[in-house]
Amino acid sequence: MSNFLKNIIRFIFFILVQAFILDKVPPLHQFIKPCLYFLFILWLPFNISRSALLLVSFIFGLTLDYFTGPPGLHAAPCVIIAYIRPFLLNILLPQETTELSYAEPSIKSLGWAPYSVYVVLLTFVHHLSLVFIEWMQLGGLLFFMGKVAATTAVSLLLIFVTEMLFYRKAKYRTNKA
Amino acid sequence: MRNIFIFIGRYFNFFLFLILLGISFAILIKFNQTYEAFFANNSNEVTGWVDRQYNDIEYYFRLKDANRQLAEENARLRNMLASSFDSPDSARIIKIDTLTKDTLGRVRKFNFLPAKVVNNSVSQEFNYITLYRGSNQGIKSDMAVIGPDGIVGRVILVSDNYSRVMSLLNRNSRVSAMLKKGNYTGILDWDGKDPQYVQLHGIPKSAQLNKGDSVLTSNLSDFPSGIMIGTVSAMSIDPSTNFFTLQVKSSTNFFTLQYAYIVENFLWNEQKKLETKTPKNQ
Repeated sequence: MSNFLKNIIRFIFFILVQAFILDKVPPLHQFIKPCLYFLFILWLPFNISRSALLLVSFIFGLTLDYFTGPPGLHAAPCVIIAYIRPFLLNILLPQETTELSYAEPSIKSLGWAPYSVYVVLLTFVHHLSLVFIEWMQLGGLLFFMGKVAATTAVSLLLIFVTEMLFYRKAKYRTNKA
Repeated sequence: MRNIFIFIGRYFNFFLFLILLGISFAILIKFNQTYEAFFANNSNEVTGWVDRQYNDIEYYFRLKDANRQLAEENARLRNMLASSFDSPDSARIIKIDTLTKDTLGRVRKFNFLPAKVVNNSVSQEFNYITLYRGSNQGIKSDMAVIGPDGIVGRVILVSDNYSRVMSLLNRNSRVSAMLKKGNYTGILDWDGKDPQYVQLHGIPKSAQLNKGDSVLTSNLSDFPSGIMIGTVSAMSIDPSTNFFTLQVKSSTNFFTLQYAYIVENFLWNEQKKLETKTPKNQ
């Protein structure tokens, strides 16, 4: 399956999962909202250009917004993590080789520790900006800190489960083929 | 000039980032004003279609609940029918028909349009509901929406076949409510915590309250007055003001909502027109 087709399927899949499964879960607490959709942006391939990455993330966020909540609420955090992603990958991948030999960020291509740093940081930034936008309308410091911490923890748990359930075969690309 | 182009070219991604971020915020902030004209029709139709497909499946699992709610409502309404009441003097029969004006000169004020709920959320801070009925079926924005058991929200966006409703469970929702006992009016909103409870503010401390008191829509709101909202479940006095803050258990179960009624108020425009005519300094 080509990379392009695979990502289109993922796009639809993540939107549907977020809008029709995770958002339908009855909330346990005000702070605990399951949120997984942005994993799509984290899984986009290495070789996507930075402007394409920004545009894809923006459209992705906006699509989700039309299913849930006011438009623009998820689009802004998506654009922010899409902008940070290349910088973070540059730091985490000192050698050029990884980028050439693997298609997309995963446990196998980056290694356990760098991949966790990558996921934790982007998840945190995503929720920080998402809750910040809500907080500007609602206020309350406890709300802000509690919600950032709780949603980040829930998201990390969900991402961990997803990585375990859907093991992505990271092909090692060589010159031979 | 050339330098400017080089500068923009070098930092193209950064500018693109700023532009996209700006667009997101602009859409978010302008949501209530220009969004309608811009996106409502197309995007609402598309997401509405997807929502309907999903709801077609989900609906089977809720049939039992929906049936029970509708049957209960039918029973309640049948009890209110004119024919259920009999008076010793049978010379006079009062009938209310569906014409705008009946023979007694009464003017029809409200019309109820049933609509299927195709999308509903309870888990966000700002929850919205999508109904499968739109401008082609006579829906306009600002119409009130009630469910089989109580009030639901207000229409904010309308496309050809779908309408988007700001749920009662939305941090921006405000409804004028009153206590059935004593007719104290206050403002009802939601604090975003528990989807089963909404908050009623502005009831004076002097009011005699009990747990379980009914809360109804007041005659100040654009909802038909006297529609059930919920029952008081906890009371606390706001120390900074002289008012109660009441926890109201919503009578509408937002988790299982399948049908709603959009309320058309025929006299709303007339009332608004008169109110805007009020002189400023008299």
